[in-house]
Amino acid sequence: MMVDLLTLDNVSVHYPVFGGVLRRAKRWVRAVDEVSLSIASGQTLGLVGESGCGKSTLGRAVLGLRDLTGGTITFAGDQMATMTEQARRALRRDMQLIFQDPYASLDPRATIGSTIRAGLDIHGIGTRAERARLVTETMRQVGLDPSLADRYPHEFSGGMRQRVVMARALVLRPRLVVCDEPTSALDVSIQSQILNLLKDLQQDLGLTYLFISHNLAVVEHMADHVAVMYLGRIVEIAPRAELFASPRHPYTQALIRSIPQPDPRHRNPPAIAGDLPSPDDLPSGCRFRGRCPYAMGTCATAEPPLLGGPHKAACWLMDKDHTQ
Amino acid sequence: MNLDANPAPAALAAYDDPGIVAGPPRGGFRAMLRRLWRHRSGKIGGGLVLLIIFCAIFAPWIAPYDPLKLAMLDRLQPPSLAHPFGTDELGRDLLSRVIYGTRYMILVSVVSTGIAATGGIFLGLLAAAGGRWTDLLVMRLVDIMLAFPYILLLLAVIAILGPSLITALVAVGIAAMPGFARLVRGETLSVRESEYVEAMRVLGAGTLRITFRTILPNIASPLIIYASYTMPLAVLSAAALSFLGLGAQPPLPEWGAMLVQSRSFLRTSTWVVAAPGFAIFFAIIGLNLLGNALRDVLDPKART
Amino acid sequence: MTAVLQVKGLRTQFATDSGLVVAVDGVDLSVNEGEVLGLVGESGSGKTITALSLIRLVSAPGRIVGGRVMFDGKDLLTLTEREMVRLRGDRISMVFQQPKASLNPVRRIGAQIAELFEYHRGLSCRAAMVQAVDLLGRVGIPAPDRKALAYPHELSGGQAQRVMIAMALALKPRLLIADEPTTALDVTIQAQILELLLDLCRDTGTAMILVTHDLGVIAQTADRVAVMYAGRIVEERAVTDLFDDPCHPYTRALLASMPVQGDVRDRLGAIPGSVPPPGRMPLGCRFAPRCAERIRHAMTICDREEPVLYRVAGGLSRCWLAAPAVVRS
Repeated sequence: MMVDLLTLDNVSVHYPVFGGVLRRAKRWVRAVDEVSLSIASGQTLGLVGESGCGKSTLGRAVLGLRDLTGGTITFAGDQMATMTEQARRALRRDMQLIFQDPYASLDPRATIGSTIRAGLDIHGIGTRAERARLVTETMRQVGLDPSLADRYPHEFSGGMRQRVVMARALVLRPRLVVCDEPTSALDVSIQSQILNLLKDLQQDLGLTYLFISHNLAVVEHMADHVAVMYLGRIVEIAPRAELFASPRHPYTQALIRSIPQPDPRHRNPPAIAGDLPSPDDLPSGCRFRGRCPYAMGTCATAEPPLLGGPHKAACWLMDKDHTQ
Repeated sequence: MNLDANPAPAALAAYDDPGIVAGPPRGGFRAMLRRLWRHRSGKIGGGLVLLIIFCAIFAPWIAPYDPLKLAMLDRLQPPSLAHPFGTDELGRDLLSRVIYGTRYMILVSVVSTGIAATGGIFLGLLAAAGGRWTDLLVMRLVDIMLAFPYILLLLAVIAILGPSLITALVAVGIAAMPGFARLVRGETLSVRESEYVEAMRVLGAGTLRITFRTILPNIASPLIIYASYTMPLAVLSAAALSFLGLGAQPPLPEWGAMLVQSRSFLRTSTWVVAAPGFAIFFAIIGLNLLGNALRDVLDPKART
Repeated sequence: MTAVLQVKGLRTQFATDSGLVVAVDGVDLSVNEGEVLGLVGESGSGKTITALSLIRLVSAPGRIVGGRVMFDGKDLLTLTEREMVRLRGDRISMVFQQPKASLNPVRRIGAQIAELFEYHRGLSCRAAMVQAVDLLGRVGIPAPDRKALAYPHELSGGQAQRVMIAMALALKPRLLIADEPTTALDVTIQAQILELLLDLCRDTGTAMILVTHDLGVIAQTADRVAVMYAGRIVEERAVTDLFDDPCHPYTRALLASMPVQGDVRDRLGAIPGSVPPPGRMPLGCRFAPRCAERIRHAMTICDREEPVLYRVAGGLSRCWLAAPAVVRS
């Protein structure tokens, strides 16, 4: 029986859009809208979606970097909202983030050694010698030559920088690592090095990953479970094999069909028409109905909840009572 | 894990992106000095500044005469072998006065800029790191200071503190503060949104640590460049104040004061005006060229 | 099959702090009428500089220093800038990666498209606008007469790219160069844009060079593919041949390192090391230091001499393994 390390219960993050003379909140952008999910210890949950779906915001919210408008986040049995300031600070050692852009997420004025050591310095872990040892060990684990610790980020290629980013996150030995598009800014050949490394580290260090990406093929490679987001909501969540073998939500189906496959003999026509609606002006009912080939009457009136067993989809087609 | 750990220069990525014309700036202090060394106009500027510093340090040894010694018998002598710059209306050797004047020039530029920078950094950081109200208050204060005509601001401070070289320095420092404050606030706000700052927050760093260990080093370049442009301004402002009789008082060999006292001799004994005048001129050119070179070296993207 | 574009020995170099760097080192290409040539490579391969060199948009410190670019019977590298300006937009056009960065932010999009007709075809303002609105409709912008009055920032990424494509194909050029046209777009929008590009090119009879790093995109759009590595073309094949049976070890390694949806593997084939920096190219084959097949076949010639392009089934491969055995020894 696997223990859930992280649980999100109806988590919402809404941003006000100010306007008017008095700068009151006129509209709200529902960046994350009532998201519930959980990740078991040692597993990887893939969070997939296109731009504006809220996956990055959700990742930041999990780390406590965004204030929740609603819902609760529970980590290792403790509710994050009820934690003391001290406990929250300590939590930083248990949850870390791997960024998308290896060029922007490293301090250009700091050597990579001091960047990697930063977490240890902040939390006052160990003596100077012990910190140096931990830094060296972590550098080796991510495939970096420890003698490079005195170099600056700009002297490294994208792939090497991403390893520095990983080392910085892992030096604290966190339990949960949020990977926010960790390979999207890298070349394909480097991407595979990093993905292999992420998998190896997960095994070696017993890490739990929240793996955020827009690339379905990468997510299929990395994840145990997959959640698909659209405009702030989870529209489908299932174990990996099932999601890709029999996707239930029309958006997921379209997403999978849209992936350009390296097979010139099978050229798919675009699976979906139209653009995303504006995130602060969502359609009534199901937010996907404007682009859905199966839209029905119910879809305009009520927003479907996540229906189904271990394989859930937020679509009225799943509910026999609602299907016309 | 058998992974090749050879780093390749990040400049490689630049070749597939035509938008990046110059490579990323080379880090490390030594590399920067090397580039400064190669800069053409920077060498001239650097040379002039070094000359001034040299004169200031070694004045007692290189100045042929005592700058304060009166010699009424030799007054208003044109430039000659004995007095390469000539003598002024009280017989003092102008070359010696110019050489000793470098000390005041350095005092003025360093102290005034130091005051301006310290105050400006404090205000700027406060505005950027504090909440909306702090930001509002501080920046309105800065706006008020900027709204005053520069000279008026200087005069106001002198009126409160009384005329002397020291008060002139303070006045110039205060008047240059708002510029620094604005720069620091702007740079801090933009750096604050960087991912590497976010990374520090994720690691659990507090605001103080982030401000001083992460943000400050990253805004240092524009600050240094701005400071190098503020220095010539400070020199000119102090000279102007001396000219008005509100700064350095005679008999100090401060170049601005020297200009003031020699006004009446402009047509008859031009060298008395020319010596301090050209000294100020070259000092400012030197500082400006050095400032340009620093900017080119530290921030190649801002090249005009 | 008439060749719309024939490139021979293109060389482009950059003057950098660390010396002269050759980004495009002797590239030969040809594009036939109505064909889609895919130019694929990773960062540092020189594919974007190649594309820019073709229409002479390389600016200092970059310079085209060698080769011939034959288009319409003329060598583009010998034309004056004035003559190039007349060609661009009219006979050859280009679509870039960031559509909003390529549109003038202070002019309405209708006016920007109309400008093409006014400049190259001498149409009046009104007639040009009519064409512009018609074009917006054809690229799938809803309510084109109203959208023509919009500014670029009012458009979504996908719509902005459609506008770019409209501008690029407005005058029915013979050749379109598309540099990573969908990289910045979501995958569902990407599919729409790629299909739009293919349809329009077919309608206007325009040949296309599609530059991208995404092999999946290549598979879905190209007729022929040229793979670039470290400034050179290492493989050139018909698209089906390339994916059925890739010849060059780099192409093979690249395909093995891509995660493919529907084909879950435990580990992805990673290519060790990284692309050699332009100033420090290895002696011999540029890919040799990273090549697994060189080791497997115990080749010794690879790090001594650089191979040329040898004939393989359906194309060319710059690899000693493709060379006839007598040449190798």
